[in-house]
Amino acid sequence: MLRIALLMLFRDRAKYMMLIVGLTFCSLLMTQQASVFCGLMLWTSATVRNIGAKVWVFDAKVEQVNEVIPLREIEVTRVRGVPGVQWAVPLYVGIEQARLSDGSFQNVQLVGLDTATFVGRPMEITRGRIEDLRLPDAVIIDQVGIAKFRKKGITIDIGTTFEINDKTARVVALCHANRSFLGQPYVYTTYDRALQFAKPQRKMMSCVLAEPKPGVTASELAERISRLPGLRAYERDDLFWDTIWWYIKNTGIPISFGTVVLMGVIVGIAIAGQTFYLFILDNLRYLAALKAMGARMPILAAMVFLQSFSVGFIGFGLGVGLTSIFGYKVLKIEQPPFFMPWQVPVFVAGIIILICCFSAAIGLRQIAKLEPAVVFK
Amino acid sequence: MNSPDASIAVSGPAAVAVRNVTKTFPNGDTPTYALRDVTFGARCGELTMIVGPSGCGKTTLLSVICGTLAIDSGSIEVFGKTLGSMSNAEVTGFRSRNVGFIFQQFNLIPTLTVVENVSIPLILQGWNYRKAEEKAASILEDVGLGSRLRSFPKQFSGGQQQRVAISRALVHDPKLIICDEPTASLDAKTGHHALELLKKSACAPDRCVIVVTHDSRIFSFADWIAEMEDGRVVKSCPAAEYHHA
Repeated sequence: MLRIALLMLFRDRAKYMMLIVGLTFCSLLMTQQASVFCGLMLWTSATVRNIGAKVWVFDAKVEQVNEVIPLREIEVTRVRGVPGVQWAVPLYVGIEQARLSDGSFQNVQLVGLDTATFVGRPMEITRGRIEDLRLPDAVIIDQVGIAKFRKKGITIDIGTTFEINDKTARVVALCHANRSFLGQPYVYTTYDRALQFAKPQRKMMSCVLAEPKPGVTASELAERISRLPGLRAYERDDLFWDTIWWYIKNTGIPISFGTVVLMGVIVGIAIAGQTFYLFILDNLRYLAALKAMGARMPILAAMVFLQSFSVGFIGFGLGVGLTSIFGYKVLKIEQPPFFMPWQVPVFVAGIIILICCFSAAIGLRQIAKLEPAVVFK
Repeated sequence: MNSPDASIAVSGPAAVAVRNVTKTFPNGDTPTYALRDVTFGARCGELTMIVGPSGCGKTTLLSVICGTLAIDSGSIEVFGKTLGSMSNAEVTGFRSRNVGFIFQQFNLIPTLTVVENVSIPLILQGWNYRKAEEKAASILEDVGLGSRLRSFPKQFSGGQQQRVAISRALVHDPKLIICDEPTASLDAKTGHHALELLKKSACAPDRCVIVVTHDSRIFSFADWIAEMEDGRVVKSCPAAEYHHA
């Protein structure tokens, strides 16, 4: 009877299409918005992923990577004195203003790397050499900077110069970096030069990057460093998640995206539930006839669930497929943010299953109440 | 004219025996009696008609005979099986094996082709689709619809749909054929043809056909007629006697 159930569904084209469209839209809305949300959350922790150090040491009051409370230079030495530290280097991270040759301005995320080791260097140099960062006024700029400057009519290439806080910066290499939350280009230079580019303050160092000795885990080392007064150390993954949770707790972003996902659920339940209910109502007299002819309730329930889950499965597949196409396209241009971890389709599949169960249940309720004798009325 | 009790004492093997059956429907504080102590019988090899005015209990009697409606009291035996002693699942299984239905509105599923519609009783019994459709196709050929197996019910006239419904009722060789107002949706000529077909293809020595109708134009097809009034069988006799009574 399951084949009969599918034929009944597929050949009722109007309702079948409406169910598919409704569930596809619902699935697309939830998957796409959840993926954009995950992408946006990834952007918040771009600095952690770009620098990549195992242990990060901040002022004790810092709660996430984009919140910088400058430290004294002496803190590097204090960190180096903690047992289990293989090495420790200073890092500067700050938003500075770059002035282009045409006089226009662009905020940039300036990253000052330890001059000797270049710890935290860009993961992918697309043109030029990282070693050239030791040349006078040298900076490396990422793909976001190239694109933003291009929009302003300036082509960035090796040798291009611009100013950061009235000091000349010369591009010696181009790189690819994870995009930051506010979309500012990453501009890499040496730590010492970064301090020259930045506006002077009493304390300038943003944080200390550290590496544990062999046999010491990053979390053990972070715990040891955090015992130092005035400092707080994070293991890389902890900093990554603390940053994301900070944005989830302290901004309206989850509410905004959550509302859209909830709308997807409501739209799905409303369209799929109502259409499926109508489909069952339209077929009620035939289902009663089947009941009279000897179809037992488990058979009818299996038919209804198969019909409901068929459209659910197809709608889910189309929705996730369309989202993947969307993601494939936007990942090329890197905007809007997009990241679809496996949990997103699993979550959406769970919601679609709930919608299918709900739709089937309201249809089954009608069938269960149905006396086979009604076919004689 | 025979008394209702006498109707069970039939010459052929008894197919259906309804004894002292009462059926009520709740209606506020006072129940409405649909069947009042009804006794009725139908034999194999005959076409038995249950006739009477609207609301007299014909359809209720048909429903309790095929086990789609529970009774308040009395007993019903169909081919020696007492329906009241069976569980719901057993009654459903018994019905799927032994009862063929022809409904007033045909109840052919509009999204299935006629061959798929006719194969349903076989599929319900666990036949595979290919074999069920082969058997359905052969029976549709017998009723003159062999060239339109893949057409949908809405592409057929009322008379043709009734032929499909008759095929569906007969495809699994049931012992009991239940017909509810089979001519109600048909004009006189088509109704006549449908009854001719039913009589020719359904009536067999080991099979019992019960037809509920108030269409007096088809009484001539009956072998036995039971007349109902106000929830009671008031007359039950051979068809020939009924016309003279």
